[in-house]
Amino acid sequence: MWEYTDKVMEHFKNPKNAGEIKDADATGQVGSLVCGDALKLTLKIDKETQIIKEAKFLTFGCASAIASSSVLTEMIIGKTLEEASKITNQDIASELGSLPEEKMHCSVMGMEALEAAIQSYKQGGKPVIYEQESSSKIVCKCFNVSEETIIKAIHTNKLTTVEDITHFTKAGGACGKCKAEIQQILNKVLACENPISAKKQFKDLTIVEKIKEVEKVLNEEVKPRLNLDGGSIELIDIQGNIISVRMLGMCGGCVNAKNTIKSFVEKVLKEKLDSSLEVRQA
Amino acid sequence: MKDVIYFDNNATTRIAPEVLEEMLPYFCEKYGNASSMHTFGGSNKRAIEKARANVASLINADPQEVIFTSGGTESDSTAIYSSINSYPNKKHIITSAVEHPAVLEVFKKLASQGYKVDFIGVDTNGRFDMESFKKLIDDNTALVSVMWANSETGTIFPVKEIAKIAHARGALFHTDGVQALGKIITDVKETDVDLMSFSSHKINGPKGMGGLYIKTGTRFLPFMVGGHQERLRRAGTENVPSIVGFGKAALLAKEHLKDTGKIAALRDALEQGLTSSIENTKVNGDTQNRLPNTANISFGYIEGESILMMLDEYGICASSGSACTSGSLEPSHVLRAMQVPFQFAHGSIRFSLSRYNTIEEVNKVLEVMPKIVSRLRALSPFNPSTFSAVK
Repeated sequence: MWEYTDKVMEHFKNPKNAGEIKDADATGQVGSLVCGDALKLTLKIDKETQIIKEAKFLTFGCASAIASSSVLTEMIIGKTLEEASKITNQDIASELGSLPEEKMHCSVMGMEALEAAIQSYKQGGKPVIYEQESSSKIVCKCFNVSEETIIKAIHTNKLTTVEDITHFTKAGGACGKCKAEIQQILNKVLACENPISAKKQFKDLTIVEKIKEVEKVLNEEVKPRLNLDGGSIELIDIQGNIISVRMLGMCGGCVNAKNTIKSFVEKVLKEKLDSSLEVRQA
Repeated sequence: MKDVIYFDNNATTRIAPEVLEEMLPYFCEKYGNASSMHTFGGSNKRAIEKARANVASLINADPQEVIFTSGGTESDSTAIYSSINSYPNKKHIITSAVEHPAVLEVFKKLASQGYKVDFIGVDTNGRFDMESFKKLIDDNTALVSVMWANSETGTIFPVKEIAKIAHARGALFHTDGVQALGKIITDVKETDVDLMSFSSHKINGPKGMGGLYIKTGTRFLPFMVGGHQERLRRAGTENVPSIVGFGKAALLAKEHLKDTGKIAALRDALEQGLTSSIENTKVNGDTQNRLPNTANISFGYIEGESILMMLDEYGICASSGSACTSGSLEPSHVLRAMQVPFQFAHGSIRFSLSRYNTIEEVNKVLEVMPKIVSRLRALSPFNPSTFSAVK
């Protein structure tokens, strides 16, 4: 059972501004039946003041999708288009108290429908279906999520894991084939925001930073590969640029352990961290 | 808490009062360890064996062919790992695409460890694809694991026929009988299954208790080791109160097997009532051959979680195969395997009944459901006429 706030339940049970404005000045749509949620937002806008006078929604989706749509209409009525365009999915979620992590994409849907509606108004009221930036590459083919959308979600919501990204954008939520690519996008974005490892050389890191960096590479790049053969690896020591490791499980007794350390573990660490690194068997 | 109308008996059931009564003395009075050398504890062994006889009788097994476990999930893992490790040279295993995760996830894990795994599909009515099964099984197949009945749609699988084909190729046959137990006759001798998992809390017994049938002569390796209990086949101090409860629940279930026609009549009244009073519905599953207590109905163009939340307002409990209820973002793997169209898959509701349900409860659902559906449809941007446009 989801932990919904009272405000979510209130908007779900008694949604505000449900329906469709017949002679709308703007119509924005997002989602589809296939995705499991969809939102159609219609607006009446004062031509002179650019103020949203009326807003209505139709939503196919769960309680939090309906509540997000309902609260969005309340938030935008009385605002100018300029003001409304600044509303983010975080604003929608906080207006509702909060949303369960897994349901954050419902608030994203609200933001996207609004974006489409504003665009629709600029194009003379012709209905606009929200689409990913056409120049941006589609990463998640199941849910049609673009790199642009993923990067935007990472920035707006300060996401740090692939799981978070799935909760917020749905990307990677179906077949999961694109998860590796999402991880790469995440790494890129985080590296830009947090360029410590990119700037500093390995030898200039503190010992704690060194351990963290090495452990990260071992956990993300090395262990999954060794796990396939029923083995694993642990970090024993770091002296300057020399890293000592011990092979575990099936790899522990493997005659090729030394080879694996040189040709695989050392290679990966050199690639990811610093080409001057040396890896030894403890 | 308000009065509950409970139509979610495939998820779990209430403990029958008779079962609870039977269990109670084993908490504070007869709390001894059945393995002890004193009469106080040792006499509990007799209570365990009595329960075992009752459980065995429900599936027509010999008592020594049944071990107690912590539930259906442990039984499934035990059966699968025992079978593949007993035939280490065979590297092929087969299951269906619509199994419970307790089987499906184990098979996926084994695939990542190098096993060749085939997931047999189902048709649009949820029926097992026997032809592709026959084509895919070979002499390298260690194990075939196919559920006796599907939890979501109630569709019953031809386990006798599948077991026969598996045996002809020298493979073991395991069936997850968790949903079938106590709802239909599950005769292990007549069907000739090698291993069958079952659970206590689906038949009005306590949670955290289950069992595994292991046909005499079947190669077996224990999953839990470190004790002599269950004749070395499942280590760990026996959960005496729950075993006693399960035994009583099995006895009651056997008595009530003759009454399942009454449950089916209630289910049919519910299903026919809903599909006749509400437009754009679809019954999922093999209506000719399914559990007597299960109805899986899709309400087109609206979403299952919203329906459940509104039913909850009336104290009505059911479940849904919709994406939003699981947090998985995708509708149920069972409905997807059946290729239920998306406009119906997201709005599927499962009602699963028990012998405790009444016609008044059915009528209450029939009264509120049309209102709920029309409220949600009024909010939905989709309807049959728009559908082609938004597809």
